Amino acid sequence: MKQIKEPVLSGKPENELYIEMKTPYDKVIALSGNPNVGKSTLFNGLTGLRQHTGNWPGKTVTNAQGKYKHKDTDFIMVDIPGTYSLMANSVEEEVARNFVCFGQPDAVIIVTDATCLERNLNLVLQTLEITDKVVVCVNLIDEAKRKKIRIDFQKLSECLGVPVVPAVARKNIGLAELMDAVYDIAHGRIKTTPYKVLYDERIEQAIDTVRPKVAELVKDKIDSRWVSLQLLDPDSSLLTSLEGFLGFNLMEDKGLQELLAKAKEHMEKNGLPLCRLQDTVVSALVLRGEEIAKKAVTFQDKQYNRLDRKIDGILTSKIFGIPIMLGLLTLVFWITIAGANIPSQFLGSLLFGIGERLSEFFLKLHFPLWLHDLLVLGIYRTVAWVVSVMLPPMAIFFPLFTFLEDLGYLPRVAFNLDNYFKKACAHGKQALTMCMGFGCNAAGVIGCRIIDSPRERLIAILTNNFVPCNGRFPTLIAIGTVFIGGAIGGAFQSAAAVFALTGTVLLGIFMTLTVSRILSKTVLKGLPSSFTLELPPYRKPPIGRIIVRSVFDRTLFVLGRAVTIAAPAGLVLWIMANLTVADKSLLAHTAAFLDPFGRLIGMDGIILLAFFLGLPANEIVIPIIIMGYLSQGSLMELSSLEELQSLFVANGWTWLTGVCVMLFTLFHFPCGTTLWTIKKETQSLKWTVFSFFIPTVIGLSICFLVTQTVRLMGLP
Amino acid sequence: MLDKGFIPLSFLPKGRFGKVKSLSFDGISRRRMLDLGFVTDTLVEALQRSPSGDPTAYCVRGAVIALRSEEASKIMVELR
Repeated sequence: MKQIKEPVLSGKPENELYIEMKTPYDKVIALSGNPNVGKSTLFNGLTGLRQHTGNWPGKTVTNAQGKYKHKDTDFIMVDIPGTYSLMANSVEEEVARNFVCFGQPDAVIIVTDATCLERNLNLVLQTLEITDKVVVCVNLIDEAKRKKIRIDFQKLSECLGVPVVPAVARKNIGLAELMDAVYDIAHGRIKTTPYKVLYDERIEQAIDTVRPKVAELVKDKIDSRWVSLQLLDPDSSLLTSLEGFLGFNLMEDKGLQELLAKAKEHMEKNGLPLCRLQDTVVSALVLRGEEIAKKAVTFQDKQYNRLDRKIDGILTSKIFGIPIMLGLLTLVFWITIAGANIPSQFLGSLLFGIGERLSEFFLKLHFPLWLHDLLVLGIYRTVAWVVSVMLPPMAIFFPLFTFLEDLGYLPRVAFNLDNYFKKACAHGKQALTMCMGFGCNAAGVIGCRIIDSPRERLIAILTNNFVPCNGRFPTLIAIGTVFIGGAIGGAFQSAAAVFALTGTVLLGIFMTLTVSRILSKTVLKGLPSSFTLELPPYRKPPIGRIIVRSVFDRTLFVLGRAVTIAAPAGLVLWIMANLTVADKSLLAHTAAFLDPFGRLIGMDGIILLAFFLGLPANEIVIPIIIMGYLSQGSLMELSSLEELQSLFVANGWTWLTGVCVMLFTLFHFPCGTTLWTIKKETQSLKWTVFSFFIPTVIGLSICFLVTQTVRLMGLP
Repeated sequence: MLDKGFIPLSFLPKGRFGKVKSLSFDGISRRRMLDLGFVTDTLVEALQRSPSGDPTAYCVRGAVIALRSEEASKIMVELR
């Protein structure tokens, strides 16, 4: 087991990174690179795993590990978060830096973006200072070709002194060649001559002064030139990591202290004060990168970014930026709702047909009636409902969302919305973590690691739940279609449902901003910290892959979670419905107990119970409501949304109930997984409890106000 | 700060180029800006303002980076 210890900082997660090795012959390979260059795609291509990918910076926030066998060797690939530099700015960058610097991988693959090579070379040059076991992978060469950017890989390899392999990770092009090079490097079959940046003469002299002593202390554990340079202007987190790696504190060595003082004095005397050291070093790196890029890259079309600029000019323009954003959101919902109708009905009648056959089968074999009721009417019907009503919208919604993600639209959303986040005193990247929350709130909470300031990170974590996740969209879509669309009826049914959904999402965003602002002005006071956001080039999303990936990775995942949790919940409900205490079932007692409270906020006892039982996964709220009503006697076939509507109406639902259920779906406690993640990420029970109560109190208040207002106005 | 004809990057009109002359960041933010390529004499183009006027997207060394006006005003450029 190789283990990389990192400084233990309270409140910072993932302090240690474990690499699981089966045999000592396994080779550990780090996948490093700038954010958003396709590391995760390459990782998935090699390992067959399904680490989430998308065209926006900062998705990979946890370290994913996977295996890949090439020739006779098992490689353990480690996908680390993207960074612009080896100097750590945030938790995730620290993890990345420490793994490359102190994790002693057998080789480092630096993935670079062919369309933006110059900027990427900064990280390459920094990495070459630490290790010579490097392979540079120039990814996205198809995009470069399209933009008429020509890259001389031979020349680039000569300049850098390490192998350079062109690739198109998403089409699996170049992966075998890449692994050939990695194989040779990891087995020491080829000797590299990594390009070392030569700095200003004064810096070189300072390095020469301390290097022999450093070399004596660190032996050959780590590159002494690199350590010497870092010690001239040390960063505290790096020193702590270095100490953890070496097992002792270099800076405690008296001889070294004297030499360092001497070196610094020498630089100062010759007109290079310590405060300008960093500028001089990074400038040298950036300028060497520029020189190398000039030698290896030719832009046949100087205006190669013309199309991207034009698209940005429209998608982020003053007039069209926000309307297009709303329009796209509405369009996605419209396609989802309009498209899901027919397959939903088809699946419904198919599955309920099977249900009838099952009933006949059970009766023919003389199974006890209660067993038939439990298995067929309880569990099977719930599962069938979940599948027929949730599967089609998800199978349409997720690929559309993934398409926008892969295209590179999300950073533009962040760009458009940033000013609102600034006014809420929140971090600009919170717009990105919020977008991640649309996928899954737990993932959004982990994603908040891309925010470096602890105050703003906490705000982003606490407010992530205000946008509906994949697990809640199906509920919103179903209720929106049936009750909002249904209330309007006729030709405008779909349109009304679509606007209700768009409105729900906007309300969620509005609440995110409002709560962020309130938190910044009260318990989490402070000013916004510095922020930079990269707008990556647009990329043509691979349609086929998107469909396959979003169906298998997201749709089936969410559905699987819904089914596995709905089945046992169905069991619990069935027992509650059939255990009789004092003339009434346990379910009826509970529902009756919750009912007055539920009525106050526009719902009923069963609905409230469903939200409580839905704590493990929001996907099952509607299935539980259905089971609750069905178990109270009104048994009916539910093969379509219309029948769902009649069941709900039979149980006293009005459009107001629909509105309140949608509002409460948007604003209530985070699901169990998200709460657990918040606890892990904040390391604080207090903030976890806070994250439970903030949305719940807001949801209860809003539903109460809406209900009471509507009733006062005497609306139906 | 407005000597030698330098202006803050945040004042750079859309579509115009500026040459980076100085940064007034400290510590980690300074390092981040340098790593993104905002080193002395780098040519930066102001590309696009967001719908509400802030942040602004800049092209620096082939990459598009959006900065809020607070950050951009700490970078002094020579108008080209």
